[in-house]
Amino acid sequence: MRIPLSWLREYVPVPADATAEDVMADLVRVGFEEEDVHRPLDELSGPLVVGEVLEMVPEPQKNGKTINWCQVRVVPEGQEQTLSGEGIDPSGVQGIVCGAHNFQVGDKVVVTLPGAVLPGDFRITPRQTYGHLSAGMIASARELGLGEDHEGIIVLSSLGFSPENGNDPEPGTDVYDLLHLRDEAAEINVTADRSYAFSIRGVGREYAHATGLPFTDPASLVTAPEPNGQGHPVRLEDEHPIYGVPGCDRFVTRTVTGLDPSRPTPPWMAQRLRLAGMRSISLAVDISNYVMWELGQPLHFYDAAKLQGPIVVRRSAEGEALTTLDGKSRTLSAEDLLITDDRGPIGLAGVMGGGETEVSESTTTIVIESAHFDPVSMGRTRRRHRLPSEASKRNERGVDWEIADEAAERAVQLLVQLAGGTADAGITEVGTRPEPSVIELPASYPVARMGIEYTEDQIETTLRDLGATVARGTAPEAGHHDAGPAGTVFTVTAPTWRHDLEIRDDLVEEIARLIGYDQIPSTLPVAPPGRGLTREQAARRRVVQGLADAGMTEVLAYPFVTEAQNCFFGSATEDEGAAQRMVHLANPISAEFGYLRTSLLPGLLDIARRNHSRGFRNLALYESGLVFLPGEQLGSATIPPLGARPAEEVLADLEAGIPDQPRHLAAVLTGHDSAPGAGHQPRTYDWQDALGAALDAAAILGVDLRVVQGSHQAFHPGRTAELRLTGSGDPVDGPVIGVAGELLPSWLEDADLPARTVAMELDLDALIAAAADVVVARPMSTFPLTSQDVALVVADDVVAGDVLETLREGAGELLEDISLFDVYAGPGVEDGRQSLAFSLRFRAPDRTLTADEASAARAAATDLAARRHGAVQR
Amino acid sequence: MTETPQDRAGTPVDTVEQPEISPADEAAVHAAVEQALAAFAAAADLDELKAARLAHTGEKAPLTLANRGIGQLPKDQKAVAGKLMGGARKSMERALAARTEVLEAEHAARMLVEETVDVTTAVRRRRVGARHPLSVLQERVSDIFIGMGWEIAEGPELESEWYNFDALNFKPDHPAREMQDTFFVDPAESHLLLRTQTSPVQMRAMLERGVPVYVLSPGRTFRTDELDATHTPVFHQFEGLAVDKGLTMADLRGTLEYFARQMFGPEATIRLRSNFFPFTEPSAEMDIWHPGAKGGPQWIEWGGCGMVHPNVLRAAGLDPEVYSGFAFGMGVERTLMFRNEVLDMRDMIEGDVRFSQHFGMEI
Repeated sequence: MRIPLSWLREYVPVPADATAEDVMADLVRVGFEEEDVHRPLDELSGPLVVGEVLEMVPEPQKNGKTINWCQVRVVPEGQEQTLSGEGIDPSGVQGIVCGAHNFQVGDKVVVTLPGAVLPGDFRITPRQTYGHLSAGMIASARELGLGEDHEGIIVLSSLGFSPENGNDPEPGTDVYDLLHLRDEAAEINVTADRSYAFSIRGVGREYAHATGLPFTDPASLVTAPEPNGQGHPVRLEDEHPIYGVPGCDRFVTRTVTGLDPSRPTPPWMAQRLRLAGMRSISLAVDISNYVMWELGQPLHFYDAAKLQGPIVVRRSAEGEALTTLDGKSRTLSAEDLLITDDRGPIGLAGVMGGGETEVSESTTTIVIESAHFDPVSMGRTRRRHRLPSEASKRNERGVDWEIADEAAERAVQLLVQLAGGTADAGITEVGTRPEPSVIELPASYPVARMGIEYTEDQIETTLRDLGATVARGTAPEAGHHDAGPAGTVFTVTAPTWRHDLEIRDDLVEEIARLIGYDQIPSTLPVAPPGRGLTREQAARRRVVQGLADAGMTEVLAYPFVTEAQNCFFGSATEDEGAAQRMVHLANPISAEFGYLRTSLLPGLLDIARRNHSRGFRNLALYESGLVFLPGEQLGSATIPPLGARPAEEVLADLEAGIPDQPRHLAAVLTGHDSAPGAGHQPRTYDWQDALGAALDAAAILGVDLRVVQGSHQAFHPGRTAELRLTGSGDPVDGPVIGVAGELLPSWLEDADLPARTVAMELDLDALIAAAADVVVARPMSTFPLTSQDVALVVADDVVAGDVLETLREGAGELLEDISLFDVYAGPGVEDGRQSLAFSLRFRAPDRTLTADEASAARAAATDLAARRHGAVQR
Repeated sequence: MTETPQDRAGTPVDTVEQPEISPADEAAVHAAVEQALAAFAAAADLDELKAARLAHTGEKAPLTLANRGIGQLPKDQKAVAGKLMGGARKSMERALAARTEVLEAEHAARMLVEETVDVTTAVRRRRVGARHPLSVLQERVSDIFIGMGWEIAEGPELESEWYNFDALNFKPDHPAREMQDTFFVDPAESHLLLRTQTSPVQMRAMLERGVPVYVLSPGRTFRTDELDATHTPVFHQFEGLAVDKGLTMADLRGTLEYFARQMFGPEATIRLRSNFFPFTEPSAEMDIWHPGAKGGPQWIEWGGCGMVHPNVLRAAGLDPEVYSGFAFGMGVERTLMFRNEVLDMRDMIEGDVRFSQHFGMEI
């Protein structure tokens, strides 16, 4: 919202030396945000005066153009020039070359004298051109920064300056004052609740609150005559109100006849509208905009000659059409509120008028519409037709329903004063205005909410300053929690322009805001003793920190992926079929990346590619984040209303519709584990590093993961480990919680990623859930260790991990630890078989083991391996 | 010069050519001992000493052979010869031990010199990892509130519309719903969205925990902004909620001031300005006085806050006549930007490893 200072000054005595910045700073104190300053003088300086064209000699040029060599008087007749400087003629008459032709001898024009600076740092100096010394310029509106209009230079009579109007400026008159160029505007941001501040009226009141200066309500300066039913007839026929609220509850029509369409918009009005951010279009349109800006009431002007019969406000029939003022044909929805006449729709009520009844250059009689519409209906129509306008902005936030007649009267007055019209005596008003909200406010309530000891007088005065009606009473009894013992209770009738004041808390904010948020004291509340991080939160931190400690770098990828990425990567724990189910966004930023990730890997790999392309070839990246795994139910058909706790089954239904969002942990590694250098050969990351990252994460939590030969379409078919939880008794069939290995080579190539990039992903929530709540300490035997090695020959498709688990099982309790230390195939071992060498460590808790005991345990282990895997000792 | 210690040690020529010595020949024994001691003394390193030892005390050394010859001596000479040979052996052993000690010390000292490396050539190093500063900052903030007895509450990123809007008193057609450009799930009838704020967790915390409740909810949030230097569609917030009997806006201010001082030092303070949020009333915009700001101390917009709206309490089944509360929320990215002078939002989200690694563990 832009506020021209001259406009504000009409209703509040803003200090003469206050700048737009000062006004903005004052408004910030009462809760507005500063946006910008608009000040023509920032770009305009030096002598700008009225000139009278004494002579103009057309001189055709070789290039086909004709220029005018003009003599322009820039001081009053009979006087000498008081200005001085290069190019200023002491005679008071300047010789100026002018390319425009829309003027004649005798016209008063705007002359920018040498020394003037125009927008765009355009400096006026005397210069030799077309064979003359041109000392100055006859200015157009665009050159002065007053609009895009470039039909020629400004002829002052076209702005209404003429002897007939009694305001014929003398040559030499200062143009800054004449065209109101010394004015400036403050621009503030208005929050969604404060519709009233989209008007000089509303901001003026706030400025008065902020400064303590007196405020004159512009509405109080207008007295609207009583309606007599004699104006243009109107019927309100809304048969389908939204939420039971009629689309229109007040509609006033006034008529002004005998308008002179040739009248220009006076410069003061044009300049104020320009500073407010609106283009000056025609006097009638400018007046409707001016009244809207001043009072906050959007108006619509109809050319009375084009109206056919009475105005009827009704909902659209599905499929009706209307060509709006912007020339677009729009198909209407049954929810759109329409202004219609006998021919059908002539406007989208409160949002945009139609072309057929528009005021034009030939309009001499105008019907003024000043109406109050339902904000919800307005907002929906604006959104549906994507038609933001200054009118819809106000109507959908809510307009003061009491001001419709005063705004209409103000428009009538301006049409009479400025456009030569005559007010018709007929005034129609229909509709039933809403009731203002009445709020009971115990005097103790603001004190209890704010922690400030407001006095009752402070509260009452503040509320009255807002425009509220306040009655003081006493609470009947002390039953009210916050009222205290039989304290004062104010009955507050909210101002009709403050739709945002509905409950007593709204009033508390107003009191606090106007008395000042800086008055709020500071106390530190004591929370009940807390439990610290939950087990899950603490565990998650340890894992995420642990991978950083292990040399990996944490990144945070966007969760937006393509359908193909989700299909390819699935999720770390679900089979491919389940992963096909995914969440699709209705309005993604990019249609391609319109899906929510089911795996962290696509995002992580995108980040790996970005780093790689920036020259970082050795990468160990990881992310901990949510993935989105929708189940059968996606969302809930209905949403419970606000302001009440939904029933348990409703909450349960909401919860059931929200897709599972487990936290996953994923890592991607490529390149080397360190930088190469003199005497150092860095190690290349391979599938074991990916597996290691997953096992590290598990080890941090004390969880054993079973590594099983696995398969996943995004991974190398021979280099994929499936990660399963153990503890279910069955070593193989514990739940799958992740995958690790080398990514599919052909995919890496297509995806422009380095060959042999490896990755892992696991369900971190499941991993944390599997961690023991309490670890029971194990006694540590101090008896000597007995080591025995064994080499077993098995078929080469037997998985070493399975053999190891078998040996562990077979060796029994004396086995302390077992590890695989060699895998061999070649001479000495039959084709199609491999030799696996294990180291077994035996120890007893209570004695020194004999060699025989250890050998017996070893034999038991190898026997089991022989039975289960056909293993033969080498 | 050409003779290496190995040659000497491996080729016991000396011993072969030594003349035979009688164990009774005192002069010869003394001479042999002198010869041995001289050889030990002349040994320049441990290898030469070993060769000398073998030559003079080895199996075929003259004195060793002489010692074996004691048995063949006449009885009366045996004792004298035995004593003579014993003395000879002792003096050689002493000399050998002394020389060994000297040469070992020399060797050790020489090795230390020879093993000198150019420490500036070091390249082999375990790679140091890094957390993302946005994660670390969320943990830091969480820890401050945990220290005050608060707890950390979390919720889903993909939310029901009710939790994100209706429960927070966003009326169905209020323009405030449009203030937050929302990612909706297809189909719209599912009433699912990506949460536009961490505030839905407020409602979950109240529903799940009851009152009194003092929780902080850090997490990811989403709005349909295109990525540029100051906007990102995916960002992080932390949000605080306290609901108890008798809480006032002064408690809100006190909490925020305490927090600001923990984050930005003892000089930090906050300023409240009126603002509008559907879920708080009164509402305020919070500015922080940032003494260490680039370009000098200044007020910086930090977040929004206010007293919990009665409708929000009602949605959680709480009686606003009995309970009151306050809530506040700030952007994590914004905090990191002004705290650490991050100039471009994109640096925080693109995952460039330099960004995280530069921070180390600072926050």
